[in-house]
Order: sequence, then C-alpha cells, then structure tokens
Amino acid sequence: MIAMPKPDESVIARREQIAEDLAEIIPPAHVIYDEDERRAYETDGLTAYRQLPLIVVLPETTEQVAEILKYCQREKIKVVPRGAGTSLSGGSLPVADGIVLGLGKFNKVLKVNYDDRYAVVQPGVTNLGVTKAVQEEGFYYAPDPSSQIACSIGGNIAENSGGVHCLKYGLTTNNLLGIEFVTMSGEVMRFGGTGLDSPGYDLMGIITGSEGLLGVVTEVTVRILRSPAEARAVLIGFPTSEQAGDCVGRIIAAGIIPGGMEMMDKPAIHATEAFVNAGYPMDVEALLIVELDGPQAEVDHLIERVDAIAQEAGATYSRVSQDEDERATFWAGRKAAFPAVGRISPDYMCMDGTIPRAQLPLVLRKMTEFSEKYGLGIANVFHAGDGNLHPLILFDANKPGDLDKAEAFGADILKLCVDVGGVLTGEHGVGVEKRDLMPHMFTEDDLKQQQRVKCAFDPDQLLNPGKMFPVLHRCAELGKMHVSGGKLPFPDIPRF
Amino acid sequence: MADILKPESESQLADAINWAQSESVPLAVKGQGTKDGLGRPTQTRYTLDMTGFSGIDLYEPEELVLTAKAGTPIAEIQQALADKNQELRFEPGDLGRLYGHAPGGGTLGGLVAANWAGPRRIKDGAARDHVLGIKGVTGRGEFIKSGGRVVKNVSGYDLPKLITGAHGTLMAMTEITVKVLPAPEKIRTVLLIGLSAEDGRKAMSRALGSPHEVSGAAHVPATAAAMLGVDPVTRQGAAVTAIRVEGPGPSVEHRCAELIRELGGELGGATEELHTENSKAFWKALADLEPLVQQQDKLVWKISVAPTRGPALVDTLGLGDSLHWLDWGGGLIWLGLDGSDSRADAIRSTVDAAGGHATLIRAPEPTRAATEVFHPLPDPLMGLSRRTKEGFDPNGLLNPGRMYPGF
Ligand SMILES: Cc1cc2nc3c(=O)[nH]c(=O)nc-3n(C[C@H](O)[C@H](O)[C@H](O)COP(=O)(O)OP(=O)(O)OC[C@H]3O[C@@H](n4cnc5c(N)ncnc54)[C@H](O)[C@@H]3O)c2cc1C
Repeated sequence: MIAMPKPDESVIARREQIAEDLAEIIPPAHVIYDEDERRAYETDGLTAYRQLPLIVVLPETTEQVAEILKYCQREKIKVVPRGAGTSLSGGSLPVADGIVLGLGKFNKVLKVNYDDRYAVVQPGVTNLGVTKAVQEEGFYYAPDPSSQIACSIGGNIAENSGGVHCLKYGLTTNNLLGIEFVTMSGEVMRFGGTGLDSPGYDLMGIITGSEGLLGVVTEVTVRILRSPAEARAVLIGFPTSEQAGDCVGRIIAAGIIPGGMEMMDKPAIHATEAFVNAGYPMDVEALLIVELDGPQAEVDHLIERVDAIAQEAGATYSRVSQDEDERATFWAGRKAAFPAVGRISPDYMCMDGTIPRAQLPLVLRKMTEFSEKYGLGIANVFHAGDGNLHPLILFDANKPGDLDKAEAFGADILKLCVDVGGVLTGEHGVGVEKRDLMPHMFTEDDLKQQQRVKCAFDPDQLLNPGKMFPVLHRCAELGKMHVSGGKLPFPDIPRF
Repeated sequence: MADILKPESESQLADAINWAQSESVPLAVKGQGTKDGLGRPTQTRYTLDMTGFSGIDLYEPEELVLTAKAGTPIAEIQQALADKNQELRFEPGDLGRLYGHAPGGGTLGGLVAANWAGPRRIKDGAARDHVLGIKGVTGRGEFIKSGGRVVKNVSGYDLPKLITGAHGTLMAMTEITVKVLPAPEKIRTVLLIGLSAEDGRKAMSRALGSPHEVSGAAHVPATAAAMLGVDPVTRQGAAVTAIRVEGPGPSVEHRCAELIRELGGELGGATEELHTENSKAFWKALADLEPLVQQQDKLVWKISVAPTRGPALVDTLGLGDSLHWLDWGGGLIWLGLDGSDSRADAIRSTVDAAGGHATLIRAPEPTRAATEVFHPLPDPLMGLSRRTKEGFDPNGLLNPGRMYPGF
C-alpha cells in the first residue's frame, strides 16, 4: 500500500469549528459532518484505498467555491476536489485532515450553441449528460470513457480522459474550448472561451490532466460534433496477438484512422462473452473491434479495405455489424470488460500503461512471465490504435499478501511500459496508485519542474496532497536557484 | 566578444544558459529567425542560435510519430512526411513569408514555440494538439523532458502544452516529438460565389454542423480572393465562401455533392468545385496568408472569436474595406491595415465585447514596442502567468518580454 502524508492532528482537532465556519459559507445542509454520510466519500474507483474525509462540502455556485477555498487557504486546510468519484488511480481519495469539495450540485447544462458548435456545462454534469443534451439535434461530445454514464466532465478535465474513439477524435484536452476555474486563493479565472486558442500561456492545457492539484473547475465549454452519418464495426479474430498487433499497424500504414480500434486477449474475450453474450469467437487468441464512421460511402469502402488487410494479416474470423443493434452488441462486450472480469475474479486491478504499438508482442510475452512469477491471472483489453494497455490483474483481497502481489505485478508492468518507450499512465492518471513510480519515468529535475507549476497555482500545496508526486518539496525550496556565487567559467560553445 | 552562441549539445546549451545566469545577460532564443517579427521586441545582446540541434531522430510512419531536433528545418520534416504520404495535420502555413523571408524557411522549434495552425485548426487542432513530447533546457539551466512519444499519456502535468506557444520564454527546446497523420487521398472544395460575409458564415456554420467532416471553411471577399493566385477562384471577381472535404475518394465525392445540394440552392449564389490540386493551392495560399504576404506594408491583425461573431465584428470596426478574410468558419479574422496606426484600442475593446482576442501579428518594431502584441490578460491571469514563467526561468533570461512585460 502507498502511504499518504501524515495528517495534521491540529486540523483534525478543529473539525467541529471548521464545519461551523463552512456552514456560514454554504447552507448547513450542504456541509456533511456525520460519519455515516461521509462514508459515501471514503473511496473512489481505486477501492483498495479508503480514507474518511474530515468534512464534505457540496457548494452550488462559483462564489461559494471561491469562498470555501479562500477560507481553507487562510486556515491551511487541505482540499480534495471530487466529481463522480470514478477515478481508477485514487485521484479523489480523501485525506484525513482535509475536506472533500464535491461538485455534484454543479449539474446543469447552461447553454448550447449549434451554430458555433459548443456546449457550456457545469463540471458535475456527466460525460454522457453532455451528449444527451445535444443528441436530439444530431450532435455529440466525442471523448467517451467507458465510465461515461457516471463520470463527470470536471473529472474528465482533471484526468484528461479518453475513450474508445480518441484515436480519431482526440482526448478531453483536444475537445475543450474554455473553462472557469478557481485557484486555492479563491481567485476566479477564465481560460479560453467560445472561439479557438487563447492569449498567453496555454494554462487550460496544463490544467487539463492536472488531477485536481491546481484548482477547481467550475464551468466548462466543450466542442460538440455532428454525429457521423453512419458507423459500423467489424470483429476480427486472430490465432495470435502478434498478428492482431500487426494488423493494427497495417491499417494505420494504409492511411486509415478508424473511429475506434480495440483489442482483447483470450481471457478478456471469454470473460466478456460469458457476461454479455456479444457473440465473440471463443477460439481466437486475440480479437479486434474496428469501427469505421463517416458517410455511408466511406464506411462501406473502408470496411472492405480493413477486411482485406485483416485477411493479409492472417485473420481467421471476421464479422461486420449489419445494423445499429449489432454494432452496439459488439461494443457491449468491450465496454463491460471491467465488470465482466470482476465476475470471474474476487478482485481485479486495472493498469493503464501506454506503449509504442510495435512493442506489443514483447510486452504481452513479458506480462505472461510476470503472471507466472506472481501466480496471479491477467486479462488484457487494449486501445490498440494508440497503444494504451489495460491489463486487468486478477487477485483476491481476502487472501493475505494478494493485494501486495498484485501491486508489485502492476508496478512491473508499468515499468516495462516505460522501458520500451511508453508511459506509466495513458488516461487513468497518476493519483495515489502510480505516484511512487513517477521516478521511473522522470528524473528529479523533471519532477521538480512539474512541481514548480504546482507552486505557481497553489504555493502552500493544499490542493489534493499526496497525489502525483512521490516526494514533496516546499515551494520556497523549489524556487531557489543553485548557481554558485562566483562566475562560471566562460563556456566552450561555438560563437560567431 | 561574439554575440551569437550556437550550442551543439545539451550540455553546451546548459553551459550557455548557466553562463548567462551568472553574467545576468538575457538571451534571444532563435531558430532560423523567420518569426522574429512576431511578438514584442526584446532587448537582448546575445542570441542563442538553436539550429545546431538539427535532424530527424525517429520517424515511424506506422506509429504515427516523428521525433526531431528542435532546430530541424520544417521543410526537411515536411519532405520526409510527404515521402510516406503523411503530414502535420494542423496545416502550418509558411509564416516566414509574412515577415518577408524566403519561402520554405523556419524550424520545428519555431513552429511549436508559436503554436501555429492553418485552416484545418477547426477540425484537427493546432500545434499544441500534435506535440507529444519536448526536451530542452529551462531558464534554470536544467535539462528536462516532458511528455513522451505516445498519444495517450497523462503521466504528470502536460508540460508540452505549456511550452508549445510559449514563444521560447520558458525553455530552449532541443528535441520535439509530434504526432503525424496520413495525408488525405482526395480533396474537394465547394465554392459558393458572391455571398455576403454573413451569408457565407451561415453556410459555413451549416457545413461545419453537418456530418460531412468539413476540414476547412473560409469566406474570402473579392479583394483578397483576387490575390490568392488560384485561377478558378481569382476569375470569379467576387467573394468566395470555400468549404473543404478530405478523405478517401468515394467519400469525398459523396460529401462534396451533398454539400452542394444542401448549401447551393438555399443561399442563392453559384457554386463551383475545386478538385485536389486546385484545392491544395487554394488552402495553401490561405495558410500562407498570401494576400498579406503580397502587401508587406500592411499591419496584420489576427482576431479569434466565436464563428457567428466574425462578420459583425468586421462591420462594427468599420473595416469592411480593409484587406481581410474570415477563416475557421468565421471565427478567425485576418486583417491588414494601411498606415502606421494599429488601432489597437478600438480593435481590442470591440473584440473584448465579442469575447475574443486579437494579436498584432505584424507591425514595425516601434509599433510593437508601443502596443501590446498579444491580447492583454486580466490581472489574476497575468499574475499566474508570471509565476509560471518564474518557475521555469526565475531570472527572466529567455526571450524576456517577448509575450508580455516581464515574460
Ligand atoms: C468502470 C470504469 C471505466 C473507466 N473507463 C475509463 C475510460 O475508458 N477512459 C478514461 O479515461 N477513464 C476511465 N475511467 C476512469 C474515470 O472514470 C475517469 O478518470 C473520470 O474522468 C473521472 O471522473 P470523475 O468525475 O469520477 O472524477 P473523480 O474520480 O471524482 O475525480 C478524479 C480527479 O479529478 C479531480 N476533480 C474532479 N472534479 C474536479 C473539478 N471540477 N475541478 C478540479 N478537479 C476535479 C479530483 O480531485 C480527482 O483528482 C473508468 C473508470 C471506471 C470506474
């Protein structure tokens, strides 16, 4: 288990007073103090970690958020922002000496403009809620994490979430036009807007994916797109994962960027098939779901080309969806992969590394070795188009030592991802889970530079502490320059 | 003592910056200098010439990724991509020509520092959406890396976003990794002839809100259209509203026909179609800002607003007779002004009211010294930006004042 920073007992001792103070800022009914009610906030999607928060507050307006943060800044109280609590990396895990600031009451769609193709929503609106607000007019919001019925758009920004369609349509960061944002000192700022780009540094770009460490997002303007005229999916089965990986490379090399391109290995195919009866072939080692979208003429044309490429790559199974229902069925298995695996194992841990796609055979082989070494099963789902792996490690938390083994197994996988040229996390975030692996990917100077960004926003480091960075440095210390007093020797550099 | 430092390795670069630190001398960070005219004039005696960092380190077309040293000529990168039928999807124009430089200049680092993008910005984003990783040396003299070589990456803060578009004020970049994409098989452009700006904007909104995956939408008044050097456009002698579709052959033909059907009749006006080669020439002329390249004496403004605000904004400013056109579906106004008066106050207050921002892209040095080049920021944002700069470059060594006073 990864240790959280030692709580400040003096803050915990002031709990009652703090709750009273907060009830001056927002209606007392929105200050959650009772242990029973706080329990609902003790964990997120990384359920192995639990911590009761000091207090939970549920503000309703930007002004209230600003006042709460100002108060907490003054009183040096830690704050953990929280959307829907589906983070898989412990991003919204509470701390014992800090409040949880829940955005659940920010649940309104404020404005939709079809001529300019944007929607303005509050951060607590669910990802699917954005699409629902615009789908009657034939529009949608492109990034579609599998958790989209539950996760909030504010959480999506904090995690820079992706989904099965981001190969073609981009991640959250590529679909965001503007945000309203409150810093820890209570300053309200706006970045971006309804037009493109913004003057100055791309601060919205750095806030996206910052895991709630820089400030609280209180309003969001996203780009909406017209839904494609047609979408069809094709299931393609292969006798080996190498061939499936090769097929993905060939499709892209042919200049085709599918709307989605997902891969599952045999254990994942079997688990999902047993769960949702999607009609997947059971006798293949790897299955691709390739979705083509666009005008019908394009989809028909590309399905044919993809099918031909698949045959060349050695596919032994291929089936094209004939209607919307069938397409939805193809996806149902993939989208339910996590709960499906949850049924075949008492517990599972979802990893999230990204690798250069060509490294897939090596990485799969190594994962089988790790699986034997730790004596734990593994199932793989994989955003194949962009190399984002989701190995699901199967374990039993009730068996002593199993959780530790699963964590060590996971760490081995993620280090391997980095070693082959990839990264620790593709879309789930560092949070608590991968915090201590950051030095495997970054040098101390790299990490210090990232923390200096934190210092520009939150110099007292009160927002979402214990996440992302393994070692906390004080901002004053990070700000120092280490040039020795004397003049450096005149450097030996070409001059003109 | 020489004025230009040209490091050839990361350690030399760090030495140079550390030396500048100890001597308290600020540095102008430069590639080929084709965009020296962009930004506030800076007072620096020393130049850090980054063209010593040159060459493509890695290009894997199947992985859609390219890594090159920051000083690599853009032309070299574009050629390597073209050889494999790929491209930089954000469609950067040849910006150096706007500042009177020869065609084909510029480095990857310069492009990324300016976060430039062409007409395809509306569909596929700007440089910031395609940069995956950046290495370099900060104003602290520390070598750092950020991001990586894969598209899906949320490991730590997305520093490449911050460094892209920072105009060299945060660090001297040595190596950049970008996402590259297949070039479209076929391109068609639907031209609607003789529409007013507002009707053109309406047509563009409809096209962009259609399922036809429009990748370019511009309204070019007659004067600017005549300067594009693309005969089927020039000979119209009228405003053209241009809508581009790209992709596999059958799909492009289908979408083009649909667009003509949907847009042609309703708004009146004749329609024409440009096929692949003419389309390429037309959109390249727009990406290169051809009319403004030809009129080197004009001051140039770039204004970004919500698309529906574009046409009215030109009217409100009373600048309908100045050389201008609308790109990005109406949300981007390119404006060329005669004389030496930048009219910054009037333009900025009108643009503020419309919720947009305006950049003085080209003007003589004294004008850029006297007016803010980039849209002024509200105080809280200014403070945050300054603190961000200090995190990377506490003593203000790198391109000081290029963006705003102090950074
Ligand atoms: C079954 C399942 C499937 C999933 N599939 C995917 C997937 O396909 N792709 C993917 O990318 N992710 C996926 N996830 C992960 C998760 O859903 C996303 O990370 C999501 O964006 C989190 O949103 P949330 O509202 O639940 O945020 P929370 O868990 O509440 O918070 C996540 C982080 O965001 C911060 N935060 C939340 N709201 C704000 C705000 N308004 N301002 C500032 N910071 C804030 C929190 O402090 C925390 O650090 C999945 C999760 C589950 C459980």
